[in-house]
Amino acid sequence: MVLLAPALVVVAGLAAAAGAATAGEGPTAPVVETLRLLTKQRRRTLSDDPALARIGLTALPVAAVLALAVVPLGDRAPVDLGVGVVWFNAMEVVAWFAVWVVGWGPNAATSLAGGYRVLPLGLAYELPHMLAIITPAIAAGSLSPGVIAAAQHDLWYAVWMPAAFLLYLLSVAAMAFWGPFAAPLGRDLAGGAAAEHAGLDRLLLLAGRWMLLTAAAAMAVPLFLGGGAPPPITGPDPFPGLPVLWFAVKLVVVLGLLLALRRAVPMLRMARFATLAWTVLIPLAVAQALVVTVVVLP
Amino acid sequence: MTELVLRIALTVAAALVATGLYGALSQQSIVMIMMGLELVVNGLILGAGAFWWAGGQPVAASVLIVVLLTVMAVEMALGFAVALALYRARQVDLTDDAGELAG
Amino acid sequence: MIALVAALGAVAVITGLLVFTVDSMARATFLLLASFVAVAVVLIGFGLGYLGTVVILMMTIEMMIMVVFMVMLMMNPAGLMPMTMVHNRRGSWAIALVAFGLLTAGVWLVPFPVRASAASRGVTSGPAVGPDPTVALGDALMGGQMLTMMTLGLALLATIVGAVAVAVSRR
Repeated sequence: MVLLAPALVVVAGLAAAAGAATAGEGPTAPVVETLRLLTKQRRRTLSDDPALARIGLTALPVAAVLALAVVPLGDRAPVDLGVGVVWFNAMEVVAWFAVWVVGWGPNAATSLAGGYRVLPLGLAYELPHMLAIITPAIAAGSLSPGVIAAAQHDLWYAVWMPAAFLLYLLSVAAMAFWGPFAAPLGRDLAGGAAAEHAGLDRLLLLAGRWMLLTAAAAMAVPLFLGGGAPPPITGPDPFPGLPVLWFAVKLVVVLGLLLALRRAVPMLRMARFATLAWTVLIPLAVAQALVVTVVVLP
Repeated sequence: MTELVLRIALTVAAALVATGLYGALSQQSIVMIMMGLELVVNGLILGAGAFWWAGGQPVAASVLIVVLLTVMAVEMALGFAVALALYRARQVDLTDDAGELAG
Repeated sequence: MIALVAALGAVAVITGLLVFTVDSMARATFLLLASFVAVAVVLIGFGLGYLGTVVILMMTIEMMIMVVFMVMLMMNPAGLMPMTMVHNRRGSWAIALVAFGLLTAGVWLVPFPVRASAASRGVTSGPAVGPDPTVALGDALMGGQMLTMMTLGLALLATIVGAVAVAVSRR
């Protein structure tokens, strides 16, 4: 539990380095940027609310760590919570509040507009996301990520509920307001919610976003990819007794899929994504949950 | 000991209900009035949880919390619907400006 | 358990009071959320892990929906100009204090029957005795309390229809 936060920082930093490399920058760009932000001053604006903004900025990485705490890293979670899936969902919603308040704090127009963009984004992705994470829980008959991972010893849920898996990947990017869903920090708003934050404040926001993305990607491993167990097709486990290794390999694969998604899809307008979500993604998620429910019904 | 915890929790719940009552009665803005009502429901949730813990875990207490959560959602949706209709008609968001609703 | 309930209860009440004294709507929303989270953590401490987590989840989303309306409708959401939007403050305080007094008197004077199973568990917040409360709740809602569940569903449907009917523009 104590090692969770530094481990998340390291993995999120590696993911950010890979992200910089796929975006055409050097993989050292995150390190350079971190050092640059650490030496810069924070910025204040007129009649701002720095206390509230800093609460939001701190809440983002803290929520990522608390969300990761219930994910089984390997075979068991740092905090084995019986309702881990719901807890994960609650912590990830804290990011809505964090981004909104970060945009509200500086009392600036572009920043506020960026903060508000997280609301249509959240209201669009949240329902497909909830249905996507509840589908494996229905199949396994439990809300505990460890039990869900253990229930996949002969067939990964990514294989027999592909729609839920794809919706989950999409909502991972959306909950971290990243990639195609980066509109709250959009370039068209001169940086949106991040526009008026410099120095440590900006570092917390951007690092918190990578940490949230990594934590959410880590949750995909127990929910859809069998947790720390080796793939069902390999036969004998080449690394017996090392579930952490399999977990890490699967996490890298999920993060790679997300980076491919960012390269393939341009930034979406929130109104169009909301329409897509409510007319296509939610019915799809309901249909997937219905099929799984009918199949597992005793 | 269990009884003491129950009484403390219920006192806190009473304080939350009273605070919410003060807010709902004294505020003029519709949004703030709804915040007061939500504090009242917050106190009720705490009370139901305390009875669940101290009373041998009756399932009815947890069902009551589900009902209270639904009440909160309904209150929120209808409150904002009325606020929006009022604002469309008159550009006001204070209850004192909507006197003719008194009939 | 006494310390947990007393400390988080104090947090919940103080943040609840501050909701009506700060002059910025964003701060009021945050304080209300803090009050809800304090109560939710008490619920989790009581062993109601599922319901406590759902309270955090639902209230965060609800506060976020509230801020949309707050900036849309209110003339001074950030509290940049000092103003108070209250009426009949003294009467409201009187009613609230009388209500608190009556409720508290009832809480401390009524003898509560405490079940033996809870009493033997003492003051620990360890694993709950008896069946898993989440499973018990699900069983009740889909079994004995099905009527409650159906009523809630109908009420929510009526709310959706009613709220849309009231709120849409007639032009």
